[in-house]
Amino acid sequence: MSDLDIRQTQGSNEPIPDPGLQEHQYRPQDVDESQARRTERQISAMFLIAAVLFIAFAVVYFAVEPEETIFGWSAQNTGFGFTLGGAMLLIGVGIIQWAKKLMGDHEIVEMRHSAASSAEDRTEALAVINTGVEESGIGRRPMIVRSLGLALGALGVPAVVMLRDLGPLPYGHTETVWKKGMRVVVDVTGRPIKPSDMRVGDLINAEPSVFFETDEDGNRVFHGTELMQAKAKAAVIVVRMRPEAITPKKGRENWGVDGILAYSKICTHVGCPISLWEQQTHHLLCPCHQSTFDLADNGKVVFGPAARPLPQLPLAVDSEGYLIATSDFPEIVAPSYPRLAHDQKKLDEQA
Amino acid sequence: MSAQTETEYTPIENTPAGRKLGGPVGWLDDRLGLAGAAKKNLRKVFPEHWSFMLGEIALWSFVVLLITGVFLTFWFQPSMSEVEYHGPYGPLNGLEMSQAYQSTLKISFEVRGGLLMRQMHHWAAALFVAAMMAHMLRVFFTGAYRKPREVNWLIGVGLLSMGMVEGFAGYSLPDDLLSGTGLRFVDGMIRSIPLVGSHLEFFIFGGEFPGNEIIPRLYMAHILLIPALLLGLIGAHMLLLVYHKHTQWPGPGRTNDNVVGYPMLPVYAAKAGGFFFVVFGVTALMGAFLQINPVWTIGPYNPSEVLAGSQPDWYMGFSEGLVRIMPAWEWTFFGLTWSFGIFVAGVGGLGLIFTSLALWPFIERWITGDQREHHLLERPRNAPTRTALGVAAMTFYACGWLGGGNDIIATKFHSDIFTITWVLRIGIIVFPIIAFIVTRRICIGLQRADAERVLHGYETGVIERSPEGGYAERHAPLPVTEQYVLTAHERKPELTGPAETDENGVRAPKAERSKLRARLRRFYYEHTLDKPTAHEVEHAAEHLGEFDGHPSEQGEDFQGVSESGIPRVH
Repeated sequence: MSDLDIRQTQGSNEPIPDPGLQEHQYRPQDVDESQARRTERQISAMFLIAAVLFIAFAVVYFAVEPEETIFGWSAQNTGFGFTLGGAMLLIGVGIIQWAKKLMGDHEIVEMRHSAASSAEDRTEALAVINTGVEESGIGRRPMIVRSLGLALGALGVPAVVMLRDLGPLPYGHTETVWKKGMRVVVDVTGRPIKPSDMRVGDLINAEPSVFFETDEDGNRVFHGTELMQAKAKAAVIVVRMRPEAITPKKGRENWGVDGILAYSKICTHVGCPISLWEQQTHHLLCPCHQSTFDLADNGKVVFGPAARPLPQLPLAVDSEGYLIATSDFPEIVAPSYPRLAHDQKKLDEQA
Repeated sequence: MSAQTETEYTPIENTPAGRKLGGPVGWLDDRLGLAGAAKKNLRKVFPEHWSFMLGEIALWSFVVLLITGVFLTFWFQPSMSEVEYHGPYGPLNGLEMSQAYQSTLKISFEVRGGLLMRQMHHWAAALFVAAMMAHMLRVFFTGAYRKPREVNWLIGVGLLSMGMVEGFAGYSLPDDLLSGTGLRFVDGMIRSIPLVGSHLEFFIFGGEFPGNEIIPRLYMAHILLIPALLLGLIGAHMLLLVYHKHTQWPGPGRTNDNVVGYPMLPVYAAKAGGFFFVVFGVTALMGAFLQINPVWTIGPYNPSEVLAGSQPDWYMGFSEGLVRIMPAWEWTFFGLTWSFGIFVAGVGGLGLIFTSLALWPFIERWITGDQREHHLLERPRNAPTRTALGVAAMTFYACGWLGGGNDIIATKFHSDIFTITWVLRIGIIVFPIIAFIVTRRICIGLQRADAERVLHGYETGVIERSPEGGYAERHAPLPVTEQYVLTAHERKPELTGPAETDENGVRAPKAERSKLRARLRRFYYEHTLDKPTAHEVEHAAEHLGEFDGHPSEQGEDFQGVSESGIPRVH
């Protein structure tokens, strides 16, 4: 309660008194029976056409083959939608027309009542509650109430424990499948890449060769969910730039081969694969949230919401002249997580 | 076309159908006692206005979702198991994909009517959320959430937030490249939650992204958990609507104490029931002629691929946009990584919107101190501060939403994406403030125009030349019903400051709070134009009356001429 509250409309300095409900306006259908019959015929026609359209739906079902097209659309889908939608729309419009033009249109007035119960009801309800509380003895037996509270609180234990198996406990994302000596291969075909395959400005979407390898029984080493999980961290893009354009950080001078560098393809922001490549500026743009990375400058973020540079995969060539990784990513790939700083520190220490 | 004239009405119990049904209905009433409720409610009054239909669109599109959704569950396989595709859609033959994606293709190409149901389901979902938002804006801008309807407003906020989650869960199910990208984004967002991000990620996805579990789990939420909650809340929403009786616009004979309109049986039942068929029909036609989410052209999900121009469904565009325009705020302290940029934008943006929505009725009531029940709607112009706040919030939302399409805007309008992003980064703070000021001024201008029309009449379009050669336009008084509508709103309350001290001269308790409240109250009301007083109207009527050559000479039904010279009809 405060002096600022408004509880009642004060005064009645109303400029215009309520003129009261307006007189009922007659519709053409109310005064002219021929108009009313015409409207009735129109509405019935809508319902009849609707019935015909439903039958046409069944005709489409049996007569139109799934591969047939009309105006470049699927003939079946168009036929189904047109007949079903048209029929339903006509039924709806017909019913609404009926209500608007033929049904009685006298407005009626209903009085409102306060949403609250009456004061007597409130008093009685309170008395009933008091009787219940009194008979339960809650007030007199605090021990029983407290122990019940404790027991119900402990119900949370099984509820929470049961959810434990939703998934394993988290571990850091410090490792990917990249290993020293693993070939960098084209992502669709699995073909290994020779430096001479790439010209300055080229970009190749690549993956570790292990995704295309089979074990001794001829089964793929990675498939299904494991393949998806591994890909979500190990996908890379390989680009070739002019060696003089590249400004490697200290210690990264020998991570490329003749201006060919490999970076994680997974955005450090929220994990979209990045591959919108501007060869002249060496910028790589993520199509999801437009984080932009400079690949000539160690994958540095030049714009957008990503906070960490793109991790770089150190490259070399093997004895046959194909591109290989010389180690796993020295930085954590994919989106940040709470213990990232901690895990990165461990990685740095290992190196 | 029979020649029969008006037939006598036969009471229902005397018709053949009535006689036949009498038994079963009596049987039911013997057990359920429905006649009492029926007599009270079957002729219940509902007021009419086009804007009351927006909520109905939401309700009926939800029913369309239930019907089409049940059909889809007959074939959809919520499984991430790997299969090789062999089916009628040639380009994907031999490709590895999940069962979820394969069964979506089957529904689209092999099940007759499956594609129609899929497209109707997706369109109805987009419509469901859109209609809920439009309905909520209607309720907000007309003040319909005020006492006693605050609880129903909260239920509505719950419905909207859950509707959005439901939509997201649904469009993530087909496991195509686009939906997988959406899940990847959600994975990144969950990880960004401080301290528990990784735990939540591993528990939700059942391990590392994408894992095996997420689609079956989303499916359970999508077809069981959330629809059940939605259904329950919709039931409560409708029950409260019936209990409170619908709000109405003020008008002649329409007051805060009554409700004027058509009875449930037959008019409202027919209109509302017929409208279900209209909503169903429109979504079916959309399913036939407007393609939505052609998953076969996109291909199965692959975490190393993405589409340029990837967009979520429209209602997630706001969150997506905030994430796009957010600066890269990520810091390390206490040995942990804190990705505030993603967390604040992705989780905080919608959180802020929904929290403000839920709290607003209570904040407004605290500011205005209004403890009365309100059943009459307010025209947005008559609550300038509320309307301006609403438009400011819409502007904030729009900036986020535009941000979600910054790449599309950049390519379609050949503009620089970094510039667009920077404009939105600043704009999302500045534009709502501008929108607030401009909207409040527009409202006040409209209030002035209303008062002007009440006091000085309307412009007839008749130009007169005075003997001195001056030209003037004749004004004539508005019909009294219109004058009433223009003055039926609440009078502006007196803005007195709080008492600094109580009657004994002691500093009033909670003085600081009262002061804040008084200040907010002044902010809320200060520019509002009060409606004319009875005295002013009387005076103005005299003035209009003495006007020489009143246009009523033009005839009883003269209502002025329009700009084109054609007699106007009010």
